[in-house]
Amino acid sequence: MIHIEVNGKRHDLDVSPDMPLLWVIRDYLKLSGTKFGCGMAQCGACTVHVDGEPTRSCVTPVSSVSGKKITTIEGLDASGAGRAVQEAWTAEDVPQCGYCQSGQVMQAAALLAQNPQPTDADIDASLSGNLCRCGTYQRIRKAVHRAAGMMAKGGKR
Amino acid sequence: MKGIINISRRDFLKTGAAISGGLILGLHLNLPESLAAGQQAAALVPNAFVRIGTDDMVTIIVNHSEMGQGVYTSLPMLVAEELEADWKKIRVEAAPVDPVYNHTAFGMQMTGGSTSVWSEYDRLRKVGAAAREMLIAAAAETWKVNRKGCRAEKGVVIHKSGKRLRYGQLAEKAAAMPVPSDIKLKDPQKYRIVGRPTLRIDSREKVNGKAIFGLDASVSGMLTAVVAHPPVFGGKVKSLHAEKARAVAGVKDIVQVPSGVAVLATGFWPALTGRDALEIVWDEGPNAKLSTSGLREQYAALAMTPGAVARKEGSVDTALAKAAKRLRVEYEVPYLAHATMEPLNCTVDLRPDSCEIWVGTQFQTVDRNAAAAISGLKPEQVRIHTLFLGGGFGRRANPASDFVSEAVHVAKAAKAPVKVIWTRENDMRGGYYRPLWYDRIEAGLDEKGGPVVWKHTIVGQSIVAGTPFEKALAKNGIDNTSVEGAADLPYAIPNILVDLHSPSVGVPVLWWRSVGHSHTAFVVESLIDELAHEAKKDPYEFRRGLLAKHSRHLGVLKLAAGKAGWGTPMPEGRARGIAVHESFGSYVAEVAEVSVSPAGEVRVHRVVCAVDCGEFVNPATIRAQMESAVSFGLSAVLHSEITLEGGRVRQSNFHDYKVLRLNEMPEVEVHIVHNSEKPGGIGEPGVPPIAPAVCNAIFLLTGKRVRRLPVRPEDLRHA
Ligand code: FES
Ligand code: FES
Repeated sequence: MIHIEVNGKRHDLDVSPDMPLLWVIRDYLKLSGTKFGCGMAQCGACTVHVDGEPTRSCVTPVSSVSGKKITTIEGLDASGAGRAVQEAWTAEDVPQCGYCQSGQVMQAAALLAQNPQPTDADIDASLSGNLCRCGTYQRIRKAVHRAAGMMAKGGKR
Repeated sequence: MKGIINISRRDFLKTGAAISGGLILGLHLNLPESLAAGQQAAALVPNAFVRIGTDDMVTIIVNHSEMGQGVYTSLPMLVAEELEADWKKIRVEAAPVDPVYNHTAFGMQMTGGSTSVWSEYDRLRKVGAAAREMLIAAAAETWKVNRKGCRAEKGVVIHKSGKRLRYGQLAEKAAAMPVPSDIKLKDPQKYRIVGRPTLRIDSREKVNGKAIFGLDASVSGMLTAVVAHPPVFGGKVKSLHAEKARAVAGVKDIVQVPSGVAVLATGFWPALTGRDALEIVWDEGPNAKLSTSGLREQYAALAMTPGAVARKEGSVDTALAKAAKRLRVEYEVPYLAHATMEPLNCTVDLRPDSCEIWVGTQFQTVDRNAAAAISGLKPEQVRIHTLFLGGGFGRRANPASDFVSEAVHVAKAAKAPVKVIWTRENDMRGGYYRPLWYDRIEAGLDEKGGPVVWKHTIVGQSIVAGTPFEKALAKNGIDNTSVEGAADLPYAIPNILVDLHSPSVGVPVLWWRSVGHSHTAFVVESLIDELAHEAKKDPYEFRRGLLAKHSRHLGVLKLAAGKAGWGTPMPEGRARGIAVHESFGSYVAEVAEVSVSPAGEVRVHRVVCAVDCGEFVNPATIRAQMESAVSFGLSAVLHSEITLEGGRVRQSNFHDYKVLRLNEMPEVEVHIVHNSEKPGGIGEPGVPPIAPAVCNAIFLLTGKRVRRLPVRPEDLRHA
């Protein structure tokens, strides 16, 4: 049995310990917001938070996160940074096909939680691992700044 | 909440059956049965595209797939405008497959060719106007007044006396009104939705994880399958040992299908583990020796011989002999994968008398017919639920229906509902690439530096050959998608020859965002630049001089140059390149500001786009699509390439098939021309100009012409 806590809920799982967290989340917990893009930590579509750290769930064996707190896109609105990012994303009309956006939003929320006023260089460093084939990068950059502004004002949390 | 309700949503799946509600029948135009059965509290169903509920909600059924290009917003805008709807009360549903939803130009249900807005421009406005007139008629009858004294506004019918009724209150009665036969459309001057920047309707669910893509479909009792494909295109299983795969916990079944061997399991991970434990010996077939280096040699030889003539004016041979200056060059671009962020996948529930499919597809009719043929059912017994597409770019519009057919085969062989998921490696190596192209051009200038002759030989596989599209898109041995953007060269040159070789090669090819234009614009716009430099003229002025008869090309060229500050000084180490190209009925010019490091690394800092797509619906979509196109095109300029050796595709995932990342994204600035020309496309036309614009700037910086993509830093080193 492996115990994990996802979005505040405890789960006891009887799965192979080397199964990547991504497939536990998608196939066993039936949370489909976390996406599969590459399976080798190249695209960021599968990003979740493990104890607040942005983590590529496709290469994270579920046994390695046993006992840890995991947040997926479905649970992100419990945090101020998460809500600010979602709101800024909508206001900047960021998504296109949307497939990468769960991962982008998770990565950005983790960045802002740790660094509430990121520079362009900080954004590059944090988000360049998240691919977007639709090319929404310019808006992602703007939306991160916008979310930072919203958080600084303390409004719209 | 104006979320998108997809009739194939999971909660609907769970009920397993259609929900009946207050549906009033008898009024809809060709409402397909499947849809009529799925109504919930729908009182007014004026036709197959719009449904108005007693709750005031207006549901617009969209027959084009949402793959990022914004059709779930722009198409409802057309309906809402004429319907005088309250935009906040609009929601969207994906259309089922039915002839009523066929593309107005192509006669099948599909999304592609940057056609969604122009092909629905009239139909959807009429749909909205018809519903509006029925609502007004219902109000007039309720109030016993002349309908001339009534008007519709933001979801309410208002009588001049001040009486008001909401659409929801009128819906049931409106359903009994005759559908107006002659429909008057609004004066565009009075538009309050169309033409205004409008935020996407689907953003919210795409940032909170609720949007349902093909990969997220779920049917009760479903297994997940991962397929072992042959390592060489066209390969077949010679022998199979599946014991080790069967021993993997969670693996339920292993079946052979025409495209390979499928391992079915309780989830993706055991299916993948099982797939990787299969022991298969393949009969690799005739393509086992294929290599892209061999193809390049073969194409180069072909380019020296005359091909099928796509355009001929004057006499190129005489003109070449007489020219004061001649240029003879070759251009090359590689096979490219679409590499949509969502790997291909398809979910199938096949029963003795029905087949339900959940998939992100651009080709509903083709896929449905393929599923019917494989399952032995009638096309009407196949239901396709179109979910969000995690990118399309043409890959999900396959005349061969590869990923849908495979899933139906697996479901049929396994006798179980199944979701087939392609790994990224399956997707990258699965073929259906943008063709590899080899172009040879001979051009000549007269003494004054004016171009007098242009001979362009194109070599590359035909996309439509052997498909049902061949009849419509190929004539006299010329596949139009091979020569588009080249045969219609707009520059005033008296002697022109464009010819084509379409070798048949065992690598499956397909339309890739902007199709033929993805290579022809690179060649044509680079070569025009080469000629300008040979003639010692400014490349912008040189183009202007040759485009006198093409006012829309000229318009965007001037706009982009002006906004980019063409001719003004640049910071040290930067240069501008320019290109202009027409595709899919729209005109785009781009100016790229570029630098190249001494090590040869290219950096694009800013791109100014000017676009003329005629009358438009959502300028916010135009901006987003231009940004997207620049990014997509830059991936191909800077990074992406599919190569083959020993019949095997060498790339497999994003580490060796690189695409643009956030830190490489330039600032994109978009300027839109306002006019009342016929609407053109917007999903693709931003792609073609970016490669030549960037490469023309690289030449200024390094003195080196990029004639082969992607750029190779080792070729661009400079002091
Ligand atoms: S799926 Fe995990 S990084 Fe791509
Ligand atoms: S929005 Fe389509 S991949 Fe990012």
